Amino acid sequence: MKPLLQCEHVTVQFGTHTVLSDLSFSVEAGDYLSVIGKNGSGKSTLIRCLLRLCPLTDGRIGTAEDFSRKEIGYLPQQSGIQRDFPATVEEVVCSGCLGNHSFLPFYTKKDKLEAEKNMHRLGICQLRKRSYRTLSGGQQQRVLLARALCATRKLLLLDEPVTGLDPEASVEFYDIIRELNEQDHIAIIMVSHDMQKGLEDAKHVLYLDGDVQYFAEIGEFRQSDIARQIAQEGRQHIHLREVYYDRKFT
Amino acid sequence: MTENLRELFSPALLHHIILPALISGIAVSVCAALLGVSLVLRRFSMIGDGLSHVGYGALCVASVLELAPLYVAIPVVLGAAFLLLGQGTSSKLKGENTVALFSTTAMAVGILVSSKAGLTNDVSHYMYGSILSLQKSEVILCVATALLVIAAFVLLYHRVFAVTFDENFSKATGIPVRVYNMAIAALTAVTVVMGMMLMGVLLISSLIVIPTLSAMRLCRSFRGVVVGAVVLSVIGFVLGFFAAVAMDLTPGASVEVVSVGIFLLCCLAGRLRGAE
Repeated sequence: MKPLLQCEHVTVQFGTHTVLSDLSFSVEAGDYLSVIGKNGSGKSTLIRCLLRLCPLTDGRIGTAEDFSRKEIGYLPQQSGIQRDFPATVEEVVCSGCLGNHSFLPFYTKKDKLEAEKNMHRLGICQLRKRSYRTLSGGQQQRVLLARALCATRKLLLLDEPVTGLDPEASVEFYDIIRELNEQDHIAIIMVSHDMQKGLEDAKHVLYLDGDVQYFAEIGEFRQSDIARQIAQEGRQHIHLREVYYDRKFT
Repeated sequence: MTENLRELFSPALLHHIILPALISGIAVSVCAALLGVSLVLRRFSMIGDGLSHVGYGALCVASVLELAPLYVAIPVVLGAAFLLLGQGTSSKLKGENTVALFSTTAMAVGILVSSKAGLTNDVSHYMYGSILSLQKSEVILCVATALLVIAAFVLLYHRVFAVTFDENFSKATGIPVRVYNMAIAALTAVTVVMGMMLMGVLLISSLIVIPTLSAMRLCRSFRGVVVGAVVLSVIGFVLGFFAAVAMDLTPGASVEVVSVGIFLLCCLAGRLRGAE
């Protein structure tokens, strides 16, 4: 069977600046791919390419026959949405259904059921009449995830989903994602700069850092030099933090 | 004042002046409020102001060249609206800078051309609007625009919501965002030109911005804000218009002041409700 999504030799240049060069990887149905890398490593550009928001300079992105890239459920970074927008939770979640049909002016019964199901699945039914702008960061993220689920049955694309969430809310959020992946067999592509937490549930890893591109299964990735390097950097980071706190409190 | 009121209800005046003014005013208020919701929420509040200045420039040039003002103004403002709004939120020259550039340039050209030709009187007409001396064709144009805008909003309501709320998500799910941006730009352009005739260059943008701001104080949902903006806009227009006729004020300015009054009331009401 063809993979759900297949990037072949994708290259993107802005002017003379090459952001992605000759990148190849694939995502199978039910896969969980973590895309990690520092800021400026081309993660955001890759997302935009997958969503067809950014033209490829070279290469192609193919999909399985029964899958269109319109059906990718997308969870954008929070910063893209204005926080004071007047909209109820219900209105936001339902808007995920719009890609399913092209010209109907109203939501169908099926759309409404789908929205209902996804609000239920994410435990936000009791918030349905609440205004989006009055919710906490974690709740807002659940609302946007419910909207994304309305747009897809197969593939979720998450862009830095836990940025701005407190530690407790981000643990909960990772749990939800794992559940969707394991129980509902929705393939996940998660972009993250958190190189520890972002990898815990992953089945595949794509590491981007300038010229270095590394796509591997999680087990293989953990054995690699890159993983060791990341772990070392992480330890240094923790060490620095401890030194800082020691100085501060003694 | 009583004399004014008595005059107001004389049949001839009612038929030839008050009624056309009311009809076209309500039509433009509805259009401006509907489009305003999407513009204000996407932080394009000053677009109405910018476009009306562009329209003013076009009208000046048109009257110097002795062309029909509307047939020059509408295409020019349409062009400007496409350039300003067509790019969406991702243009290189960021929103407000482009608006400032466009509006001042057009204004300057208009002033230069008309002062050179000695037409200051004729053109100042558009500064403050001429809601009490409308021609039949203008009334028809206002009503037609309103019907078009209302139809577009009813048919495309959910998509307008999606595009306004989150442009990138909408693009990703296959909604032709660019087409919607263009459509909103075109309708805004026509509404602004109509509004200029009624309210004047300087005040049309209040019709676009204030009703949405008022409704946002009161409503939590998008639907609520859309409906609220339309209702408040029409109330503001009707009250302001009659106040102007009764007390012999400039209609545009009077409508603006009443709308701001409504906005302040809404702020108060919103705060009271929030405190409960």
